Amino acid sequence: MSDASSSVSCEIAVPNAQGMHARPVMRFVDVASTFSASVNVTNLSGRNERVDGKSAMEMMLLEAVQGSVLRIEANGDDAKPAIEALSSLVESGFSDGLSANTGDP
Amino acid sequence: MEIIRGISVAPGVAVGEIVVLEAEDFRIPRRIVTVDQIDSELKTLEEAVAESIEEITNQTKFLSTTLGKDAANVFKWHIGVIKDRSLQKSIRDQIRKGRCSAAYATSTIMRNYQRRFMQMKDPLLVERMRDVQDIERRLLRHILGEAREDLAHLTKPAILVAHDLTPTQTAHLAETKVIGVALDAGAATSHTAILLRSWGKPGVIGLNDISNRVSGGDTLIIDGTNRLVIANPNEATLAEYREKEAAFVRFTGALDELRELPAVTRDDQRISLTCNIEFPQEAKVGRHKGGDGVGLYRTEFLYLRPEGAPSEDEQYAAYREAIEGSEGKQVTIRTFDLGADKYTQQRRYEQERNPMLGLRSIRYSLQNLDMFKIQLRAVLRASAHGPTRVMFPLINSLMEFRQAKMTIHDAMEDLEEEGIDIDRDIPIGMMLETPAAAIQVKDFCREVGFISIGTNDLVQYLLAVDRGNEQVSQLYTPSHPAVLRALRDVIRMCTQAKVDVSLCGEMAGAPLYTMLLVGLGLRSFSMAPANIPEIKKLIRQVTVPQAQRVARKALSFETDRQVTNYLRNETRKMLPEDPI
Repeated sequence: MSDASSSVSCEIAVPNAQGMHARPVMRFVDVASTFSASVNVTNLSGRNERVDGKSAMEMMLLEAVQGSVLRIEANGDDAKPAIEALSSLVESGFSDGLSANTGDP
Repeated sequence: MEIIRGISVAPGVAVGEIVVLEAEDFRIPRRIVTVDQIDSELKTLEEAVAESIEEITNQTKFLSTTLGKDAANVFKWHIGVIKDRSLQKSIRDQIRKGRCSAAYATSTIMRNYQRRFMQMKDPLLVERMRDVQDIERRLLRHILGEAREDLAHLTKPAILVAHDLTPTQTAHLAETKVIGVALDAGAATSHTAILLRSWGKPGVIGLNDISNRVSGGDTLIIDGTNRLVIANPNEATLAEYREKEAAFVRFTGALDELRELPAVTRDDQRISLTCNIEFPQEAKVGRHKGGDGVGLYRTEFLYLRPEGAPSEDEQYAAYREAIEGSEGKQVTIRTFDLGADKYTQQRRYEQERNPMLGLRSIRYSLQNLDMFKIQLRAVLRASAHGPTRVMFPLINSLMEFRQAKMTIHDAMEDLEEEGIDIDRDIPIGMMLETPAAAIQVKDFCREVGFISIGTNDLVQYLLAVDRGNEQVSQLYTPSHPAVLRALRDVIRMCTQAKVDVSLCGEMAGAPLYTMLLVGLGLRSFSMAPANIPEIKKLIRQVTVPQAQRVARKALSFETDRQVTNYLRNETRKMLPEDPI
């Protein structure tokens, strides 16, 4: 049990042209799900609704477009590495490591 | 009483009570479950989730190798949503707190999400609503399993009203008690329309919003002959149409009596009337209608099923069934005509800017040689069971034809090495359906075994009219003088070169064009099985010189309207009591 359960958050803008569509959402959910910490995301440029970062449905409802600022919060033992992984994922434009440029034409 | 006009897919009259498909296909009644049933509902949900994931994963496997990345990504999101723990939890909570069935809880939660996507600003996100709908249907299909209420369970004759039907749904109508169809969507030559015509029951499509204007249980008259439907008719109208319906049934019965008679003109010219089929079972239907075999087997319908690509053995079984069902008459198998409007279930998300000019038909097959070879192997194996021909769709250049032919020869060699029986002399032909092929027909005649003119595409490419676009489809007509002249030249050139030529577009099954085509020298027609009796009746009343006079006169006009009016008058003289 973790009495030292930590809470970490960051704020970051969505850089890629097509915003949070099917592939970016799944990349985010897949990465978030590898951590035991809970992950919540708020689109500060949108309706300000706080959604579950491990939910494919709710992440799509964020309505995050290019330039939308997201607040990502993690709660739990591995909150810090989770935030690090997720913020660099968003920063890279949801790159899967295979192709750097994933923007649709 | 309300009269709504549309496009006719098949003549005739049907009167009956309405079933609305969209609404009733997935109507989930709210059912309160007892506390001890809750566990079994939760288990049902859990199993449906697992089955859905397995099904969609299989589909995606096929998808990622043959189709676009975007489509695969969308399906990955589908999988993500089905696996979504928050979503599953809210459905489980709904089952527990609402004491309702798994089906009702799933439907309620998913429809909530659909509403939320609908309110979004980004049109791409609004589109996600359809994905959520798709996911909902997939889950419900697995939750309800066999218990799903669908058309197969109709207990009395009914008129089907729907926004649109998929070719797969349409194909199953023959097994139901549906006696007529009215659709919001559709154009006269869409594949749903073609399938409806082959089925032969009265139908009107392109009615825009009929599915919102009527409801289940209302009475609807379908008048395919006059291209209209009448909702909630008054008593006088209803009585009038009941009589017409009875006359229509008598008329179709009389045509069926022609079945055993040959298709010969009065001066003894034999005309071959074959069938266009989508499903192997239709080969038999064609024989019942008095057809001379299959002139066009549209194999791509094997793809229109949720499981995706058919295996070699599955294809072999289907082709063999069609060949055996033709009882010794020839079957012409067309290789997959995928792309354009015939999307497989999996391709719905892949968008080309101009699909009619895009990766379709033989182009698609030549870019997917593994898939193409599997099909050719299946065709060759089936050719051992009866007279078979094979042809390639949308051949536009000699190079394409040669490459396709080479692929067949490769497959032949493989099969012979494996010691499998095939017809080594199987005739190999092409569909002529582009202006380029029509202009170059003389060159093709030197290399092909036979030519089948596909007028549906030929007309649309010659006239640059999208036949599926409701806004311009009225400009689409085989009566255009340019079409008539192209046909004249192609038929003349093939006849001179002694290359077997047939015509398998919608035009072949329309009595309006029968005399014209016979007059142009065409001796082989392929059409929906339902059209055979009437075309045969007409052919048996004309002579070749008479048809030649009609063709000469038709070719002298400068506008399609003059051509149509003239042909209509000439056809009416021959078939005074028929709906033309």
